Amino acid sequence: MSLAAKDRRLGWGLIAPALIWTAAFFILPFLAMLALSFATMDGREVVRGFDPGNYVRIFTDPTMLGALGNSLEITVVVTVISVLLAYPLAAIIAFRVPAQWQRLALLMAVLPFWTSYVVRSYSWLLVLGQNGVVNKALMGLGVMAEPLEIASTRAATVIGFVHFFVMLLTLTIYANLIQLPPNYARAAQDLGASRWQTFTHVILPLTLPGVVTGAFLTFVLCIGDYITPQILGGNAELTLPQLIMLQLGRSGNFPLASALSVVLMAVVTLAYFASSRWLRLDRV
Amino acid sequence: MEKRMTRTLSAIALLLTATPGLAQELNALVWCDHTDPALIAPFEEKFGVKVNLKEYEGTAAGLAILEQSQPGDWDVLVIDAVDVKRAVEGGHLAEIPADKLPTADFFPELVMAENNTVDGKTYAVTEKFGYNTISYDKSKVDPADMADMATLTSGKYDGRIGIYDYYLPVLGLVALGQGINTSDISADNLGSLKDPLMALRAASKQVADVVSAQTALATGEVDIIVGGGEWLTAVLAAENPNLDWTIPTQGALRWAQSIGVVAGSTQPDLALEFVSYIVSPEGQARLATSSCYWGMPANAKAGDALTPEQKAVLRWDQQPDFLARAQLYPIPDAALDTAMQDLWTEMLAQ
Repeated sequence: MSLAAKDRRLGWGLIAPALIWTAAFFILPFLAMLALSFATMDGREVVRGFDPGNYVRIFTDPTMLGALGNSLEITVVVTVISVLLAYPLAAIIAFRVPAQWQRLALLMAVLPFWTSYVVRSYSWLLVLGQNGVVNKALMGLGVMAEPLEIASTRAATVIGFVHFFVMLLTLTIYANLIQLPPNYARAAQDLGASRWQTFTHVILPLTLPGVVTGAFLTFVLCIGDYITPQILGGNAELTLPQLIMLQLGRSGNFPLASALSVVLMAVVTLAYFASSRWLRLDRV
Repeated sequence: MEKRMTRTLSAIALLLTATPGLAQELNALVWCDHTDPALIAPFEEKFGVKVNLKEYEGTAAGLAILEQSQPGDWDVLVIDAVDVKRAVEGGHLAEIPADKLPTADFFPELVMAENNTVDGKTYAVTEKFGYNTISYDKSKVDPADMADMATLTSGKYDGRIGIYDYYLPVLGLVALGQGINTSDISADNLGSLKDPLMALRAASKQVADVVSAQTALATGEVDIIVGGGEWLTAVLAAENPNLDWTIPTQGALRWAQSIGVVAGSTQPDLALEFVSYIVSPEGQARLATSSCYWGMPANAKAGDALTPEQKAVLRWDQQPDFLARAQLYPIPDAALDTAMQDLWTEMLAQ
């Protein structure tokens, strides 16, 4: 056997566990879900077959389209706000905080990750509620006479999500910024570039992979979450994952839940292709 | 040599017996009130077994778990009393000997033989019940207003109402508000519930699950929970005595949960012992005051094991009146169930 053939066999041998894992726990379950999405319900029984009715319903039923629209709106808003907040935070940690304190600063930034997601959501409910910290502070300072209606609104959902995802994005952007040789910025400034020009023409393009990677992860995690809209949003509006949960937990309509999940995956896939040019998952 | 071998084997046997992980185990698919250690520990100690509990929400989810399990995976099932027949039709419940269970001590309305028996065979017994009605903070709303469901959509309490996120009881309440008995809800009259349901949604601030509804009421986010009851406010009563509940003139819904032995259980005798313990007066008192949620015990003799304070919170003395005014959950067939859930989803999306 030639050396090249040996190398090929070794290569396949090494990646085989990962391939088997992916096939067993992603590809096969996905194919099963895809097949189930074309099944129908007869009473409470699932009838296997090839009926695109679930997909027709998803794209014609105003409730389902509305849920898809709500999910997309919330996800885009959360992703944009999270990037806008996380970038300066990551830049401050990377460029302004002394090297020996950066590890501690990052630790502080991700500290809220250490609490349960559900507990954190309920905590936000107490902060944003009518008698919560925010309203009490605003009314105590005389800024407001009446408490703001924040809890059980989309704003509360967005705040809860942003709090979570800013931490994630800070890590991915910081990882990019810290790898950037300082000579690039110095060279740009030597050539007469202003600080803003240095940022827009040198630093931002070079750190874009980290930003896009973090934004993509934010998009994926945010669009698939049903807990935050339920707890903080008070079910004030329906999102796609909530609709899936309703089909699974209440109706037992697994075909429709599968079709909704396939649509959700299709949206994520589109987001992947849209960002693939800059996506560098190895930067996470 | 033989003696040494015997000693070694004895030591291994003792070790195995003393190892908690290897003790006999009972697997129960339950609602969260059964996960209170104060309820389960006495049974585990008495029988020297470990009770593994898995919580589920919604009959569909529970039945899906059973369908995806192997026979023998589960021993005990707690299920909505109105869904016992559905579980029996699916072949998930085993017949249990009714004569070995103290149903004669139950509140007569809670025997619910029409739900727990199929073709003369008993498959489950009622273990706990309560009401889906109106919970409120009496320091924030006029308790007299809560006696009439129409007040909720009068504009007076707009934005101060939360709706319990479960379509069956809330649609049942809306039906009662329209003068339709829960057992009379049909595909023909379901449409007439849409406007009042949407009006209720428009007057409400949120649609919330149990914990969110409790949090909202406790923090003053809302002052009224439609679909609430003692199960929602009782665990909060000690901290906030202003949280109360009532049954309006239009009536309320009575919820009830049943417990049975899962078909195919490899230890049906132990499973039956567990069921017997849960419906015994002591088990009933502990279940009634579970840390997850309170509710009335089906066994009237549990009253002897409850303190006067606990009975006051449960409105023990008012039960005859409440039972007379409350109706059971709607029991829709598959088509009506789908229509009701579609209406609920439409309400959520409003």
